[in-house]
Amino acid sequence: MNWTSFDTWIVITAALCAVACALPGCFLVLRKMSMMGDAISHAVLPGLAVAFLITGTRASSAMFIGAAIVGILTAVFTQWISKVGNVDRGAAMGIVFTTLFAIGLLLIVRAADHVDLDPGCVLYGAIELVPLDTVRLGEFEVPRAAAVLGVVLIANFGIVVALFKELRLSAFDPALADTLGFSSRFFHYLLMTMVAVTTVASFEAVGSIIVIAMLIVPAATALLLTRRLIPMIAIACGVAFLAAALGHVSALTVPRWFGFDTTTSSGMMAAMTGLLFGLAWLFSPSEGLVIRWLHQRRGSDGLRGGSPAQG
Amino acid sequence: MVCLFWLATGVAARAMELPSVAEVWEVVTLENYNTRLVVLSTALLGVASGLVGSFLLLRKRSLMGDALSHATLPGIGIAFAVGVSLGGSGKSLPLLLAGATVSGVIGVLVMLAIRNTTRLRDDVAMGLVLSVFFGIGVAILGMVQAMPQASAAGLESFIYGKTASMVKSDFFFIAGVAAASALIAVLLFKEFTLLCFDDDYAASQGWPSFGLDLLLLGLVTAVTVIGLQAVGLILVIAFLITPPTAARFWTERLPRMMGLSAVIGGLSGWLGASLSALLPRLPAGAVIVLVAASLFVFSMFFAPARGVLGRWLRHRRLRKKVHRQHLLRAAYELLEAHARGSGNGGRGTSIINEPFDRADLQAKRTWRPRELARIIRSEIAMGHIEEAGEGRLRLSEEGFGEAARITRNHRLWEVYLVKHADIAPSHVDRDADMVEHILEADLVRRLEDELRDRDAWIPSPHSIQ
Repeated sequence: MNWTSFDTWIVITAALCAVACALPGCFLVLRKMSMMGDAISHAVLPGLAVAFLITGTRASSAMFIGAAIVGILTAVFTQWISKVGNVDRGAAMGIVFTTLFAIGLLLIVRAADHVDLDPGCVLYGAIELVPLDTVRLGEFEVPRAAAVLGVVLIANFGIVVALFKELRLSAFDPALADTLGFSSRFFHYLLMTMVAVTTVASFEAVGSIIVIAMLIVPAATALLLTRRLIPMIAIACGVAFLAAALGHVSALTVPRWFGFDTTTSSGMMAAMTGLLFGLAWLFSPSEGLVIRWLHQRRGSDGLRGGSPAQG
Repeated sequence: MVCLFWLATGVAARAMELPSVAEVWEVVTLENYNTRLVVLSTALLGVASGLVGSFLLLRKRSLMGDALSHATLPGIGIAFAVGVSLGGSGKSLPLLLAGATVSGVIGVLVMLAIRNTTRLRDDVAMGLVLSVFFGIGVAILGMVQAMPQASAAGLESFIYGKTASMVKSDFFFIAGVAAASALIAVLLFKEFTLLCFDDDYAASQGWPSFGLDLLLLGLVTAVTVIGLQAVGLILVIAFLITPPTAARFWTERLPRMMGLSAVIGGLSGWLGASLSALLPRLPAGAVIVLVAASLFVFSMFFAPARGVLGRWLRHRRLRKKVHRQHLLRAAYELLEAHARGSGNGGRGTSIINEPFDRADLQAKRTWRPRELARIIRSEIAMGHIEEAGEGRLRLSEEGFGEAARITRNHRLWEVYLVKHADIAPSHVDRDADMVEHILEADLVRRLEDELRDRDAWIPSPHSIQ
């Protein structure tokens, strides 16, 4: 393996993205809305296409705004259809994001007359190219994506810290939040905005697959390890960071075991979150499969030993 | 929105070079052999996914298709690699679909295992499987695309769908699987229904509930996998969700809902495939999804059974009825208070229908002046209330009878709630207001019999201000 400063930057960027996603992800998972990240990341396609068609450039600020607006609209439409139409929220989400995705594909057919706007690029991202596009921050030459994701991470962290009480209450007991005078709806949309902005900011740099994985899997892993919210958030951030780092390393090494060259880091990072989740699933000290199996065995041993009738 | 519309028409206009009537006719009548295959197999796929999706919707697992379709990617990648290393191009459809099915089934099993052995819910299990499997798939594709003999370009069509690139045998394969899935869904209708509504009961009755669950998910996998090729990885999700959700607006009965869902799915497939045959530059999958989405929006608003418009009308009618009853009761209680106040009081006081002030009526309840005026106007039109000059109002003969009946009803119910349902007297009035409007004449009669001994005249259990 040949580790360069490129690889360091890739890991830093991915880790920033991963932790930025894990923060709102914890609340998404607690609110039973894990699929929202997936929905938003597919639904933003028309936002990207419209922004491109209006401005005629691939300037990322316009794309960012277009996609963020559509991302928030996804949440609004989902909420609206499930409420007004009395439809299961999962179904409402599915209808909204597939429809928006279809509109996006049609618009891209039009955009493709002018330039190649590849939907595949949106889904996979090109994290390997991150270190090539840099900006100057003071004395340092920093990848633009790392700078953007750093800002998003700080914003998410600030929101979670500042509104921790409110977010926690509206995640666990929205009705109580309403009676105490915080609008749980406001916090719902605040969370959705965080998810949409984080998703969109991460897109171009690292691809949506990392975003979807980092929104759900670290939070789910943490949920298996603790029942308290603050430790859960801390663990989720740790898992996210670890998965990002391990993902890149294994993208460089694992394929060689099978005689291939390197592979995409973003896919490997998502796969690594799965590996970490699997470890927690098996070995969680409180509710892992292994510990439960041991308890069960000891329990049945005890029964057998305790009842002389069975001999 | 306007902008979107403009773009959409722009897309249409540019992509179209509007087809001639003859071309339209050719597509509608399925004259072209290739068009016929595309349209028929897509419609059949729509029917199958409409049927299978209905069960998913009822199990609140609509997004299962989403998770599943993403979970097929590692299988596609591995199958491709196997195909290439065996010396082929790696793009044989049955091989790829077999890979997709295997990894889809593994995904489903992992999902069920997570749900059954952890505290995590369905949505987390689905999201987890989706992202991790898709990530693994991306990583595997990243490897195999670098294989020297391989050109993996065609694999993209699995993600966005490319109906046009299919060959004849593919269509027969898709149609066959779709027909088989639809048939199984119909044959096992009773079992799946039981599973959806009460899986514990199904298990206690000796049905293999877990096996049925697996079979249902197997059908979802089959539909998803064949849909991959026809409409693509993302849009096959819509095929499983949109038709049943649209059908749900039209009926409360499952067989009807499933029939409708199959029709809506088939119609979307047929119309969408025909449209994209006419306008070859539009991606078929996207057109199909948009047709289905339009049918959904139409159903959501205009379906009489559960649609938004129908519900709104019913709600408005109910509100009007409630308002009317409130008004008449308020008027009656005014007269009653007046009769009590005018001296003789006590039992047997006869209530005389005399004019009363608007202001007194206003003071009876917390209604806004404009609202009250509207209700009074509509009651005058109904002939329940008459103008008595000098801004005073009076109940008509019919209105008086109606008001007496409503008040009596209301108080019967109040007493019933206090005596038989153990509700605190201070809470009764609000409940009575609501329940009174759904009380059947038959029930009132029984209540009256029950309470007749108590007193000839039933007083209001809480004081009337």
